Amino acid sequence: MPRIELAGVCKVYQEGKPNAFTALSDIDLVIDSGRITVLQGPSGSGKTTLLTLAGCLARPTSGRVRLDGEVVSGLPERFTAELRRKRFGFVFQQFNLIAGLSVRDNVMLPAYPTGIGQRALVARADALLARLDLARRAHARVESLSGGEQQRVAIARALINDPPVFIADEPTANLDSALSAAFLDVVAALRAEGRTVVLSSHDPRICASPLIDRVVRLADGRVVA
Amino acid sequence: MRARLNRHARLVDYTLGALARHRARSLGLLAVYTLVVFVLASVMLFAQALKREAAAILQHNPEVLVQKLSAGRHALATAADLATVGDVRGVSAARGRLWGYFFDPVAAANYTLLVPSDSPPARGSVVVGDGVARVRGLVAGNPLALRSPAGVLHSFTIERVLDEASSLVSADLVLIGEEDCRAFFELPPGVYTDLAISVTNPQEVRTVAAKIAARLPGSRVILREELLRTYESLFSWREGLLLAIASLSLLAFVILAWTKAAGLSADERREIGILKAIGWDTADVLQMKLWEGLLVSGVAFMAGYVAAHVHVFHLGAPMIAPVLKGWATLYPRFALTPTVDGLQLLSLALLSIVPYTLATLVPSWRAAIVDPDAAMRGTF
Repeated sequence: MPRIELAGVCKVYQEGKPNAFTALSDIDLVIDSGRITVLQGPSGSGKTTLLTLAGCLARPTSGRVRLDGEVVSGLPERFTAELRRKRFGFVFQQFNLIAGLSVRDNVMLPAYPTGIGQRALVARADALLARLDLARRAHARVESLSGGEQQRVAIARALINDPPVFIADEPTANLDSALSAAFLDVVAALRAEGRTVVLSSHDPRICASPLIDRVVRLADGRVVA
Repeated sequence: MRARLNRHARLVDYTLGALARHRARSLGLLAVYTLVVFVLASVMLFAQALKREAAAILQHNPEVLVQKLSAGRHALATAADLATVGDVRGVSAARGRLWGYFFDPVAAANYTLLVPSDSPPARGSVVVGDGVARVRGLVAGNPLALRSPAGVLHSFTIERVLDEASSLVSADLVLIGEEDCRAFFELPPGVYTDLAISVTNPQEVRTVAAKIAARLPGSRVILREELLRTYESLFSWREGLLLAIASLSLLAFVILAWTKAAGLSADERREIGILKAIGWDTADVLQMKLWEGLLVSGVAFMAGYVAAHVHVFHLGAPMIAPVLKGWATLYPRFALTPTVDGLQLLSLALLSIVPYTLATLVPSWRAAIVDPDAAMRGTF
């Protein structure tokens, strides 16, 4: 199971420009495999930035990110793309689904570059949609779904390539209590399958949940606890 | 191999979906693109067809024409000149031709009166070209009265009207008998407008022409291949003129595509960022965009080319014919033979598909090489 390590990681946006902004400073963090880790902190504390670095969506300005002991922060783009495809499933705060496409098409998108046959791909997508109780919405356009349904589509999309690491950014920010609880159930199931789960949240319902293995507190771009 | 095909099939699926999602924009782009290809293809097809037509008709012309010159101007050749040319080694046949230009004030058009070598019309009869018949409203059996340059009225009967197939070079023709021609232009017996020469060995035509020029100093020797080249140059020049104008519209379109693509909308940049974030790499994005460019430009190319083919070969190219055929009172009216020239098709395909595809690919590449996070945030 993958273990993610961040060593001396800094992230500066607009580096070298007058509006440069330091989002993360000197982050040393180990995210254990097969566990649920939550990054907790107020808005602007650097949770999302840390998730994007851990998930190879961006490169640190300095420092290193390791996956299973291998440095991945300096890899050429085609290797990080392959890592994102095979090792990580990412659920964004705004879900980032492609409007105009059906639920099933959105779910299948990450698998397109893998060259899997259409029939196998549809079967895999439909199985995930059934698991997340979205089977009857497979042909609906994603923009017609409720927020909770869109999140489940995003989860299905994140799992289509069966990644060992599942990352979700503020997953309950737009959900009510019942849907938040349902999300936690999904996360618990993913851990039970042996996946590493990393969440960011400032939602006390998440951070205080007994399902969570570890809470990492961030403030002003630094790990404080 | 199968995985690669599957991958491309999925990318094409996604591309078609993306085009359908932006239906209005895609259809508008396709319409403008098709129009640009249509104009370019029409010009190229029509000019090529004209050249082919001219070449086919000129095949029946004599291999060498000799014109006497006097003070640098065209003068009449004599029977002695004809005999001199006939004696040149390599000449298989030489005959004097009679023809002249005539301005018809009734139609305000210039005619070419010519005595044909084979079966000339009977005395008092003429055969007229399609253009002459049209402007004078003539059909076979009608009378035709022409006042000669000397002011004498000559009456003829229309024996027949030449068909439209040869109209490119015969629209203004009036075929007339030798005696009538000499009487009309007041040419004495034993003189000719020029001399038509056939050679024994077509490979030796230039050598024979040189010999004729040496034997008849002060004459102009014109080869059939030179006439062909003249037609070729004439139509090429006109084609070039129109292509230059049409290329400007293509250029404008490419610039439009470039600026549109270079300024990828926030949504498009975000979409590329999302695709990369969920596991697509730069090559996947570029290949998807390549498919998009090829699909749009390929469909526009096919539609534009087919429309141009119909326009040129079935509708007579009404939009470009006046420029390419030339300006005249006696407009040639003829049907061109439909053909598809592989090289021309390839040139047009390269001219239309490549620029657009590149114009859409390069800006997408710029958006695709940044980190997915930056692409989604729009901070690159």
